[in-house]
Amino acid sequence: MVMGELVQKTDVLVIGGGPGGYAAAFRAADLGLDVTLVELNARPGGVCLFRGCIPSKTYLYLSELLYDAQRAAKMGIAFSPPTIDINGMRAWKAKVVDRLATGLVNLSEKRGIQLLQGRAAFENPRQVRLFENEISHIKFHSAIIATGSHPISLPGVKIKKEGRIMSSTEALELADIPKSLLVIGGGYVGLELGSVYASLGSQVTLIEKGDRLLPGVDDDLLRPLNHRLKKLFTAIRLQTGVTALTETEELVRATLESASGTQQETFDRALIAIGRKPNTQGLGLENTSIELDPQGFIVVDEQQRTAEKYIFAVGDVAGGLLLAHKASREGKIAAEVIAGQPSAFDARAIPAVVYTDPQIAWCGLTETEAQVQNRSVRIERFPWQASGRAATMGATDGLTKIIVDAATERILGIGITGRHVEGLIAEGVLAIEMGAVAEDMALSIHPHPTLSETESEAAEIFLGSATHILAKK
Amino acid sequence: MARAFKLPDLGEGIHEGEVLSVLVAIGDDITEGDLILEVETDKAAVEIPSPYTGKILEILVKPGDIVKVGDALMTFSNGDEAEVIPAEISVPSANALQTEPKEDITKPIADQGPVPASPATRRLARELDVDLRKIEPSGSGGRVTAEDVRRFAAQAVGPAPLNTESILPSAPPVAPVTMDANLPNFSKWGTTERVPFRSIRRAIGKQMSLAWSQIPHVTSQGSVDITRLEEFRRRHINDIEAKGGKLTLSVFALKAAATALRAYPNFNASLDLENEEIIIKHYYHIGVAVDTAEGLIVPVIRDVDRKSITELAIELNELVQRTRARKASLDDMQGGTFTITNIGPMGTGYFAPIINYPQVAIMGLGAAKMQPVVIENETDGYEIVPRLILPVVLTIDHRVLDGADASRFMQVVIDSLQDPDELLMTMV
Repeated sequence: MVMGELVQKTDVLVIGGGPGGYAAAFRAADLGLDVTLVELNARPGGVCLFRGCIPSKTYLYLSELLYDAQRAAKMGIAFSPPTIDINGMRAWKAKVVDRLATGLVNLSEKRGIQLLQGRAAFENPRQVRLFENEISHIKFHSAIIATGSHPISLPGVKIKKEGRIMSSTEALELADIPKSLLVIGGGYVGLELGSVYASLGSQVTLIEKGDRLLPGVDDDLLRPLNHRLKKLFTAIRLQTGVTALTETEELVRATLESASGTQQETFDRALIAIGRKPNTQGLGLENTSIELDPQGFIVVDEQQRTAEKYIFAVGDVAGGLLLAHKASREGKIAAEVIAGQPSAFDARAIPAVVYTDPQIAWCGLTETEAQVQNRSVRIERFPWQASGRAATMGATDGLTKIIVDAATERILGIGITGRHVEGLIAEGVLAIEMGAVAEDMALSIHPHPTLSETESEAAEIFLGSATHILAKK
Repeated sequence: MARAFKLPDLGEGIHEGEVLSVLVAIGDDITEGDLILEVETDKAAVEIPSPYTGKILEILVKPGDIVKVGDALMTFSNGDEAEVIPAEISVPSANALQTEPKEDITKPIADQGPVPASPATRRLARELDVDLRKIEPSGSGGRVTAEDVRRFAAQAVGPAPLNTESILPSAPPVAPVTMDANLPNFSKWGTTERVPFRSIRRAIGKQMSLAWSQIPHVTSQGSVDITRLEEFRRRHINDIEAKGGKLTLSVFALKAAATALRAYPNFNASLDLENEEIIIKHYYHIGVAVDTAEGLIVPVIRDVDRKSITELAIELNELVQRTRARKASLDDMQGGTFTITNIGPMGTGYFAPIINYPQVAIMGLGAAKMQPVVIENETDGYEIVPRLILPVVLTIDHRVLDGADASRFMQVVIDSLQDPDELLMTMV
């Protein structure tokens, strides 16, 4: 060892401070372990806090406000057209992010977690080299890899820091409100960010290679959003790809290809939202026996353990659904396993939420999956036209759907679209995790008037008698 | 061809042990019979010999690991490959090649779907190492409840169902020791060390947490004048020693307790909440708490009511020796109906013991001391005399017994110990 090189020892080394990493670190510390968290940025939070969930939801909330202010005219309140101060929006987002990041730093410190800024790479299965930090090596008893993922680009297209071709990261910087924006990819990132820019006044053209938006989401849940986006966006072009994408100082030039031919178009900016890749580069995985799957995600077992006995991986880097809440649970499991508890990832329902307006949320089995698996299920739908609360909010385009096992009457899946369904889906998760039958949901009293009633009424439809809708005989 | 060595059945109902040391290293050439591991079970440290001859390829455990019977411990290469391979292929027995990890209890079987059970119940099942699919569900819609898991775990461990008998410290893991998630980082305030919470200590922890969480405890205190009993004890101590016995206060306490248990059978009972019944036992097997280097162990003396003071003195002495040497068998620790704990030799006075679940009462003896006692004499009223006073405590399960019962029980014990003649009468 070179003189002057600082080596530290820790019980648990967590690499990456996103929702997977910090949840793991906090849980491990709460279980009495000595924890070191290495993070590239000065503060924990990861993509979710700095370049993902939190900034996008901040802007989506403002988009919703804009829409509500506009449609209030129909309800008897007319506002003058809003003045959009983009600097003010950025400052507000920065304030939100800063507040949460400071909270995470405090929570780390109060738990006695050592936060180190830098990049860690395995030298062997028990030690990492630390770059960009005065401590140069850390020996650990156990390590948790929580390095997350990054947005991918189109082949041959390089995303520059302040360029006109953006990934979600740059789009959330909100450099300006482009007059026209090309969104490439009809997944939830493209729809959410496309919605933000369209609400702020950009003319958004969305292209998607497949034949529909949000692949995997049931058709009936997608329908209201499709309807809204057709008005909000300038164009939605399905089965359309990009064969070339270049930028100049002033504009982006895209060659779009579809069944009707190839055409060149120009936009002020373009957003590439076609997926994410795990961050495994530069981690020194070659110095361990950790294995990657064909997509490049780290292979783990249900205890989040990699092929190395003392190294765990959680969150995006370990594959599966790339969602913060799934990462957090995995992080806690890894910490508990390290502390000797018999934890394992055995979730039966991981909720997913698309924060567009209307929102779409689902958990457990989807209708599409039930069909593919040929499961014997009964599906009941409660349309929000029959919901009093939805009527008060002018949000009757929603739909609540439950998917119930035909034999056992157990709730297998829930899908909802409409306003504020992000919160409604949690009841479905609990129901599925608890093994609830439809009757359990129907018999649990739901407050009136709320949107949550749509869930108990869907269960009542299943039982044959719902209050606010005539069940089919 | 690699072959796995799995923890063999160590007998006597032992299901798991803690690896104390690994006596070999990867690459060592081992001959059948060489000692390869030291494993501590709830009762004894066992050195495990190798069943194979060959080179060690992998060591899958480390000191401190808890291993269960059937867990793979290490893998061996075998020199005689040609002989071994066909044998293993044709006879897939328990000894056959096993390099796969233990079956995952959480992974749902594809064609059955997951067993309906709440996340907390599923976690409990993992803690107790129970396969949810094997449990008969009691919840609505076929849901497996936490209670179902506990009951199944208790039944799976021993032939004795939970509600009739339990053992200490090898009690089935019916209630996990709850984890205090909020421990601060103590090393902020000074140096600390971490000592494993394992084996007997862990078994005690489980049993005590269970008892404390399930039983509403009430403790009463009394004192006995044992001046005359002590004279009696000193008179006979030598002849009993000559017979191999040790005439301690515990021997008399056993006898006194048996007398009181016969008088008040509800103390010799267990509560079966599920069937809403009190199980009264018509045998008097009394556990005696023994302090060993590894922690508390409670062996049981059977049919105390039918044995003489001399027999009990000999049997108790022998049982305590055996227990301290970690040689007591699982049988020695099962079947108790009541427990006596004598901490007198350590000098403590009054205390409040925890009931040995699923029993419903425990009696404790403190340290006897000469004390001034006011007595009434026949001539001139009161006088103060030095007497040897023994503190006695009795903890009851208030679901089954009341404070008044405790007083009545205690009075029988006091009367018996105060008057050796009466105690001896009961021996007949």
